[in-house]
Amino acid sequence: MNAIPKPSAILEARALSRQYIVRRGMFSPYASVRALEGVSFSLEAGKTLAVVGESGSGKSTLGRLVTMIETPSSGALIINGKDVVEADPATRERLRREIQIVFQNPYGSLNPRQTIGMALEEPLLVNTDMSARDREAAARAMMARVGLRPEFYGRYPHMFSGGQRQRIAIARALMLNPKLLVLDEPVSALDVSIRAQVLNLLKDLQEEFGLAYLFISHDLSVVKHISDDIMVIYLGHAVEIGSREAIFTNPQHPYTRALLAATPVADPGHKKERIILSGELPSPFEPPSGCPFHPRCAQAVAQCKVDAPVLEQKSGRSVACWVV
Amino acid sequence: MALLEIRNLSVTFRTRGGLFKAVDGVDIVVEPNEVLAIVGESGSGKSVAMLAVMGLLPWTADVTADAMLFDGQDLQTLKPAERRKIIGKDMSMIFQEPMSSLNPCFTVGFQIGEALKTHLGMDKAQRKVRTLELLDQVGITDPERRLAAFPHQLSGGMSQRVMIAMALSCRPKLLIADEPSTALDVTIQAQILDLLVSLKRETGMALVLITHDMGVVAETAERVIVQYAGRQVEQSATIPLFADPHHPYTHGLLAALPERATSSRLPTIPGMVPGQFNRPAGCLFAPRCAHASAICHTTPPPKAGAAMGEALCWTPLVNGMPVGKGAAA
Ligand SMILES: Nc1ncnc2c1ncn2[C@@H]1O[C@H](COP(=O)(O)OP(=O)(O)OP(=O)(O)O)[C@@H](O)[C@H]1O
Ligand SMILES: Nc1ncnc2c1ncn2[C@@H]1O[C@H](COP(=O)(O)OP(=O)(O)OP(=O)(O)O)[C@@H](O)[C@H]1O
Ligand SMILES: [Mg+2]
Ligand SMILES: [Mg+2]
Repeated sequence: MNAIPKPSAILEARALSRQYIVRRGMFSPYASVRALEGVSFSLEAGKTLAVVGESGSGKSTLGRLVTMIETPSSGALIINGKDVVEADPATRERLRREIQIVFQNPYGSLNPRQTIGMALEEPLLVNTDMSARDREAAARAMMARVGLRPEFYGRYPHMFSGGQRQRIAIARALMLNPKLLVLDEPVSALDVSIRAQVLNLLKDLQEEFGLAYLFISHDLSVVKHISDDIMVIYLGHAVEIGSREAIFTNPQHPYTRALLAATPVADPGHKKERIILSGELPSPFEPPSGCPFHPRCAQAVAQCKVDAPVLEQKSGRSVACWVV
Repeated sequence: MALLEIRNLSVTFRTRGGLFKAVDGVDIVVEPNEVLAIVGESGSGKSVAMLAVMGLLPWTADVTADAMLFDGQDLQTLKPAERRKIIGKDMSMIFQEPMSSLNPCFTVGFQIGEALKTHLGMDKAQRKVRTLELLDQVGITDPERRLAAFPHQLSGGMSQRVMIAMALSCRPKLLIADEPSTALDVTIQAQILDLLVSLKRETGMALVLITHDMGVVAETAERVIVQYAGRQVEQSATIPLFADPHHPYTHGLLAALPERATSSRLPTIPGMVPGQFNRPAGCLFAPRCAHASAICHTTPPPKAGAAMGEALCWTPLVNGMPVGKGAAA
């Protein structure tokens, strides 16, 4: 791959891969899990790329690579035009600050012994030389911005409901004015009306600061609402990438179609045809030959078992499928 | 006879800032073989109410209720040892935070096996068979290998399914599922919900589903309770609730769904849920309500009749419009 990144691309991923070496038991041999396999995309300022896919398909792994919490096993990650693997430590530190993450699990990411105020001020304490007073003012302003009551400032995480904690996590990620926010299931723990507020808030912040979002979500009604582009991944492989329009009005990959069909509709009278996926979720220890989706695909042909399809431009999006 | 009958449940936390009533006079009745959904604002006491039923709240919580019956037994007078025999066996719960409910020091296989040993007295071989069966049921591939996995080696969705397998291990009569599918992608979610619904059909298990996913509610639940700020503000069968919500909060909730949105900004309910220090004198929703009148700000509203979804409101809505005080009486 030698595509020249677009000048406005904040993030460019080229054939990103990540493997984990795991041992399945005390005396069993080591095995590798291919959590992410050759994923490429680019993300521009002010845009939202949604990442959707099966549990265990590598979405959080991608999030950890992009935020430089983990290093890719292979492939390149280019942030603001700089290759993070080749960058010197000082540059890497600076790049790291520009990309923040809101974790899937807000319980694990908040320190139980830190008050909300301390949690929000910590990034400022570590990364800036702001005075204590300015830090507190910034923390309180951010709390108001994300809809947290002022009296929460001195409280500890265990005193909050799930939804309140998620807003704290979002507020904390925003403290350093990042350019790109990786949002790992950011609204799935939120109630509907707060979710609407957070989605509106994310839209406002995006417009205000030109933030780019890598939005990991399994909730397609939210993805449909917030994203510009969508990447569907399956067992570590990107199987379809396209605009929101293309994916929702005319999904091509059989997995994308199954995903859309399985999304519950908030209308009890609604009768829909479900595409029931046959077969089992494949084991990441022994990924299927050929197309990773073929064992569950109703449209699979002989070639699918043998050759792995690569992403190709078809019907106005990229799709990796022999059949469509 | 109802499987679970909770009357006038209140939970008050002793906090540094004083007393905080997280659950305020809630009634929850669950029939055998029923799917009840509890929805509502974050922090409205859905989890706390269910943790109170399970007896799992910290010592800072004071729990009171007029009645708290499960399967004919009075949970309030039961000795702790007897209560522990029910909890995790006949009544089990899938917790909201799967990661922190799994013990990081033990393998998945060991943790599921523990429940089987404690409650059912299964021997090692039986435990292994049942554990594998459970992991397979919840769609975990390669269950034999996952037995040896530690929680940190699993993805979010996988730990959630392990939690579900644990909750189902003793074939409970009542399963309380607190956000069971937040970390699951939709195809697995559909599979898990199908599993829960088929268990209900086959074993008569009742299900209390706490969720923010109105799609899941629409497709799974028979009845819905709507909570706001610790109170129960509406309850009705699922179809009429979606068609014509009577409480203004329920109305706002459904309007905020992205799938019902007509513009890029979603309609939201202005303001915030009242906190510990600004509880309104009248209706708790009045400060955020588009239809609030003078009485709403001064006097707590009565419960409307069943035809009005028992809406806790002076002027319940019909087709989105308030129908006047007469209807509430
Ligand atoms: N630290 C690790 N060690 C070993 N395997 C890991 C590790 N982290 C992730 N994996 C494996 O890598 C794969 C991808 O995991 P990842 O957490 O990225 O999935 P995900 O798409 O975020 O799933 P979910 O929707 O359930 O959160 C899974 O098979 C997972 O078990
Ligand atoms: N240990 C505690 N001490 C003090 N207050 C608490 C404690 N646990 C919960 N609360 C408060 O009780 C209220 C109800 O919390 P609960 O977790 O039941 O909300 P919820 O309806 O389940 O919300 P969510 O949908 O976000 O999970 C919240 O305001 C919360 O801050
Ligand atoms: Mg994940
Ligand atoms: Mg809760």
